[in-house]
Amino acid sequence: MDSQRHSLVVRATHWITAFSFLGLLVSGILILIAHPRLYWGETGGMGAPSLIDLPIPFKIGYSGWGRYVHFLSAWVIILTGLVYVLAGLFTRHFNRNLMPARAGLAWKAIWHSTLDHLRFKQPIEEEFGTYNLLQRLAYLTIVFVLFPLVIVTGFGMSPAIASVVPLVVNVFGGQQSARTLHFFVAGLLVLFVLIHITMVILTGFTNRMRAMITGRSTHD
Amino acid sequence: MTEIITRRKLIAAGFTAAGAAGLGAAVRLANRYGLIPPDHNHIFGSGETATYAALRLFTSHHSRAREFTRSDISKIAPVKGEPPKSEAYNRLLSGGFADWRLRIDGLVDRPSSFSLAELKRLPSESHIYHQACEEGWSFIAECIGVRLSNILNLVGVLPQAKYVVFFGLDLPDTGDLRNVIGAKWNSIDMDDAWHPQTLLAYGMNGQDLPTRHGAPLRLRVPRQLGGKSTKYLSRILVADTVNNIGKGYGGSGVEHGFSWYAGI
Repeated sequence: MDSQRHSLVVRATHWITAFSFLGLLVSGILILIAHPRLYWGETGGMGAPSLIDLPIPFKIGYSGWGRYVHFLSAWVIILTGLVYVLAGLFTRHFNRNLMPARAGLAWKAIWHSTLDHLRFKQPIEEEFGTYNLLQRLAYLTIVFVLFPLVIVTGFGMSPAIASVVPLVVNVFGGQQSARTLHFFVAGLLVLFVLIHITMVILTGFTNRMRAMITGRSTHD
Repeated sequence: MTEIITRRKLIAAGFTAAGAAGLGAAVRLANRYGLIPPDHNHIFGSGETATYAALRLFTSHHSRAREFTRSDISKIAPVKGEPPKSEAYNRLLSGGFADWRLRIDGLVDRPSSFSLAELKRLPSESHIYHQACEEGWSFIAECIGVRLSNILNLVGVLPQAKYVVFFGLDLPDTGDLRNVIGAKWNSIDMDDAWHPQTLLAYGMNGQDLPTRHGAPLRLRVPRQLGGKSTKYLSRILVADTVNNIGKGYGGSGVEHGFSWYAGI
């Protein structure tokens, strides 16, 4: 049986986001390796106390075009994200498909859903065309917490943006703190992508890919 | 069926035409309001253009880079790059820059030159800025110098000026600005040039500017990252275009892969 799984807006924004995220990740690494040290507060540099020295050699020479690609991808992902969120509010996608039912939010339900995932329990029939509790919480966290946070910590590193809204950097306790938080939030996003891809593979790669490309999925 | 397709085609054609006309109008408007950076035709120029245009509209003459207090000044001020390795620079350095002059020409009423002593006699300002390098490190330091706008007022900027270009002491003395290969140079738009925080700095943390920080004189544009603050200045050129300097991207940094606009 064939059924409609994902709307056109969800599919289009998903793939544009996926490719821009890859661009941001690669260029972000190129920018980071110019100075793979993290600091807390306003300032930091060679000879100043650091928070974390990443075990990566210093490699300068890539951050220039890395920055070009990073900000180009950032424009694409932010505009795509705006389309997704506005369309999601307008079509009630968040309310209908992602908000957990109030009863479902009990700790017991979260615990059960977590156990199911840890035991790699396959979704039952009525779960197939929808999202389970952990999925809902993960997607909502990505869309409404981590993405906004990675964008705002990025803005916090911009002297031009801070000249209009100093709060965008002061709220994090300084420019270097914003940089460090940007790194960790990006790390959480990468962790999400890894789990996301793993789950797609474990629960029927072809069918799930087909659903996200054509919008339709099969189940019997 | 055919009717639907024709109608669909008509609508698509209408949207394409409107889009093209809209884009054309946007480009004309953007040009008029100075929203297109000189490296817009660089390989990744579209993102750069969007960023520059957006931040030009977002910031104003009144938006100020954050300033700090004396107790915030970093104990260590990291620095990258070496001073010019030339006989001429070493001579200037050992003479305490008494023979150094800053030349200002281009689209100005009165092309002039200033000695270091003359610059120091002009009204001086001290600001404590955060300066971050594109690489990721940063420090807070006091900058002492003269407002660029004071100098611009002294020489009289012509109305068609769009950029102020800064050359270092490694500028080849050939007179041909197309051939500035290897020299450090950069440019800013008039918005940053007239901004009250843009300084020509001859001092840092209560002392003369240290050699590696750009002695005798460096630019400070605190609403942009450190790469914009050209060191070892020798010449300032007021221009209506930067297309005829070097590769035409507005700065030597662009030729090394960095975007011209460094506000983010």
